[in-house]
Amino acid sequence: MSETTGKDPVYEVDSLIAEDIEAYLDQHQNKGLLRFITCGSVDDGKSTLIGRLLYDSKMIFEDQLASLEADSKRVGTQGQEIDFALLVDGLAAEREQGITIDVAYRFFSTEKRKFIVADTPGHEQYTRNMVTGASTADLAVILVDARKGVLVQTKRHSTIAHLLGIRHLVLAVNKMDLVEYSQEVFDQIVSDYGDFAKELGIKEFTAIPLSGFRGDNITAAPSANTPWYGGPSLIDHLETVEIANVAAQKRSFRMPVQWVNRPNLDFRGFAGLITDGTIQPGDAVRVVPSGRTSTVKSIVTMGGELDEAVAGQSVTIRLDDEIDCSRGDMIAAADNPPQASDQFEATLVWMSEEAMKPGRAYWLKLGTQNVSASVQVPKYELNVNTLDHLAAKTLELNSIGVAEVHTDKPIVFEPYATSRALGGFILIDKITNATVAAGMLNFSLRRADNVHWQPTTITREHHAAMKNQTPRLLWFTGLSGSGKSTIANAVEARLNLMNRHTFLLDGDNVRHGLNKDLGFTEADRIENIRRVGEVARLMVDAGLIVMTAFISPFRAERQMVREMFDDDEFIEIFVDTPLEVAERRDVKGLYKKARAGELKNFTGIDSPYEEPHSAEIRVNTVEMSVEEAAEHIIAQILPLK
Amino acid sequence: MRRLTHLQRLEAESIHIMREVVSEAAKPVMLYSIGKDSAVMLHLAKKAFYPSPPPFPLLHVDTTWKFKDMYDLRERSAQQAGMELLVWQNPEAKERDINPFDHGPLHTDMWKTEGLKQALDHYGFDAAFGGARRDEEKSRAKERIFSFRTASHGWDPKYQRPELWNVYNARKSKGESIRVFPLSNWTELDIWQYIMAENIEIVPLYFAAPRPTYIHEGGLFMADDIDRLEQVMGKKPEITERSVRFRTLGCFPLTGAVESEASTLAEVVQEMLLTTTSERQGRVIDQDEGGAGMEKKKQEGYF
Repeated sequence: MSETTGKDPVYEVDSLIAEDIEAYLDQHQNKGLLRFITCGSVDDGKSTLIGRLLYDSKMIFEDQLASLEADSKRVGTQGQEIDFALLVDGLAAEREQGITIDVAYRFFSTEKRKFIVADTPGHEQYTRNMVTGASTADLAVILVDARKGVLVQTKRHSTIAHLLGIRHLVLAVNKMDLVEYSQEVFDQIVSDYGDFAKELGIKEFTAIPLSGFRGDNITAAPSANTPWYGGPSLIDHLETVEIANVAAQKRSFRMPVQWVNRPNLDFRGFAGLITDGTIQPGDAVRVVPSGRTSTVKSIVTMGGELDEAVAGQSVTIRLDDEIDCSRGDMIAAADNPPQASDQFEATLVWMSEEAMKPGRAYWLKLGTQNVSASVQVPKYELNVNTLDHLAAKTLELNSIGVAEVHTDKPIVFEPYATSRALGGFILIDKITNATVAAGMLNFSLRRADNVHWQPTTITREHHAAMKNQTPRLLWFTGLSGSGKSTIANAVEARLNLMNRHTFLLDGDNVRHGLNKDLGFTEADRIENIRRVGEVARLMVDAGLIVMTAFISPFRAERQMVREMFDDDEFIEIFVDTPLEVAERRDVKGLYKKARAGELKNFTGIDSPYEEPHSAEIRVNTVEMSVEEAAEHIIAQILPLK
Repeated sequence: MRRLTHLQRLEAESIHIMREVVSEAAKPVMLYSIGKDSAVMLHLAKKAFYPSPPPFPLLHVDTTWKFKDMYDLRERSAQQAGMELLVWQNPEAKERDINPFDHGPLHTDMWKTEGLKQALDHYGFDAAFGGARRDEEKSRAKERIFSFRTASHGWDPKYQRPELWNVYNARKSKGESIRVFPLSNWTELDIWQYIMAENIEIVPLYFAAPRPTYIHEGGLFMADDIDRLEQVMGKKPEITERSVRFRTLGCFPLTGAVESEASTLAEVVQEMLLTTTSERQGRVIDQDEGGAGMEKKKQEGYF
């Protein structure tokens, strides 16, 4: 099958298994682990190459081989020969389409290393899958069809691999059998790729001429067909390249705390995966962001206490002092702790069908930290084919851009270029819970430790007590013309009769002053609501019962405001009026204008209204009069103190 | 500078995954099938939370047709780990006396697929650890470590979330749940090596010994409970004593034995490495409905 020359090192292990299994297991107990990805265009022969690696390292069994041979004849694309790609292509639907559409992980091993291969798709619209596969890889194999040379996709894949921090790139010039193993063709492709790599900032790459189908230079090099090639075989290279995990040990100690282990009053341990550096009992450490210092008392494992633990190990650490430390905090080297910040520049890969909304609050998860974060309008979008910076107002599915990210409290981090584990984060949609983006922190825009909350002597509790009431925010939401302002007014009038201190923030009025710089685009509407939420919060802190009357059409923004308040403080009131009723009322004549096309982005007409799923109070203005609605609301919020 | 071996890195990854789930899920559970992968998963859980016992119960979705040795180890393991053991037997399957002989694929569907859904709903678990590995089967190679299931436990390959670095998104809406696979990146050989290195107790059926066996529809099986077999088959199967062992464990009338003399861990691994049939072949489940069997089962809610 293989046309390689010389002795095949990968096959030697077999005899050892049969002759001395103990020796074999000894050897394999202590292998290293390398994770890599393969990427290429649809027909570059990725799946065939991976199938070949599995086949050559004896990772397929006879029954699989039998079904492979049968399948090859039935649906294979290689005539009567074995179609290795069928080994790798998994889900039924893809098999019919003949393309790989997701990230699949494959495993094989040689004497020296175990390998985990992420097989990532070549289709342009599936960037998110490649980013996923690249995020855990130490090395990328970029496949190029020798007949076609460097393509747009080749550049795209290289850019993503580089962006995701993969330091080892292999340019696999595949299908050399179809260009008669021509050195000239190979050299030309290497030279073309070199020009692009330089532009991208890739310092080095390893180019190997291959035939996944025929087996050239996979396990041994040079193959009989490429006597002119002086480099390593693909396997040789994969077995010797430095693993990123080793480099991490050279940095200062960091361990994000995942879980506090408290089996009884005498034991308190901090469990986590060490991301950087090494640690020994007696080492001085600092808990960030609090900044408290202590020393390591012991490193606890079920197999006994350790003298030392290193990056890549999951451990439980006990400290000498009873200091405050919980999930989301980080234990770090005392003399070189990481920084904390709440404003960053980050590179984002957008992974959701729903485009990014500047200003909207998303969950941000970095290590074990979970915070609320918003993304500003992108500084630019990156054209991954040409590396050009394009102006952008948002980021769509599969686009990559650079933007500012603001978090609601400081997070501890390292730049992604220094540490993947402490600089890589995901953004999560607060409503659907989908992972919508992958982010890489580039740098902090300011040091958050310069910003302090002004401590006040008179607290919000004092304010509330003085007014003899429980401060609350009554958030009215509904279509234009639904009756929000009218009902809010009636509620306020009644509360004043009851000697309560109130304030009504009305949509139209706020837009004349505080928010007069904002228009009606989606981004501006989000910012409008955010500001109103912040103002309402200050007023609630001052002890007032606040009413707001804003259309606030998006669930995510109402949720954002809800999260600014304590439980029970935020009361969402859905003023439920059917569109046709509101349009018939048309108090301000706005529906007419919107229908005539004179008003853009008008809720209910050409912009959606997302009804609340679980508003605390709902009033139906078709069935209730204004007074009835106001009474109903008051009844629901009693007692007021 | 210390170089971590592949087993150390796999162990650290699995422990990290379990701690994330415990920190972010409301009510996790570990599905425990009593096989060698479950044994490794349970061992990793003990390590992850030591000196506390793992802060979740073990759940065995029982078919009543497991090997006696398995039931013995189940009780012992839970006790040693200091964990609560929950056993679920689908009441409907029990009532209708569903068995592997009369009911074919319905046996797996009712006891396991339906049983699992019932148990998760009954106890309200929102995250369930499973011992599946990506190297077992083609459709599993694409499975995420955190795999989302709808309120009806369905699995939609197109709806799975991208999984970056080791940052897992465990958020879900009410009714949705996650299946978490901490052994995703382990291979069969890794499992055996780890069992050896950590001295983990596994069901003795993995090692060859003389056992009462019978041939049924071309397969070699062990007569673990002869009286019950007779009851269901309508006749006593013809019993021959053979030296056999099992590569995988399930219901005894469905789990094919292999003739073997491998009675130590090293010999079992040796045989595994030299063998020419892949692991799940002994189990009937994958071969239903052609090559897409497992994928279809997963969409229906099977683990």
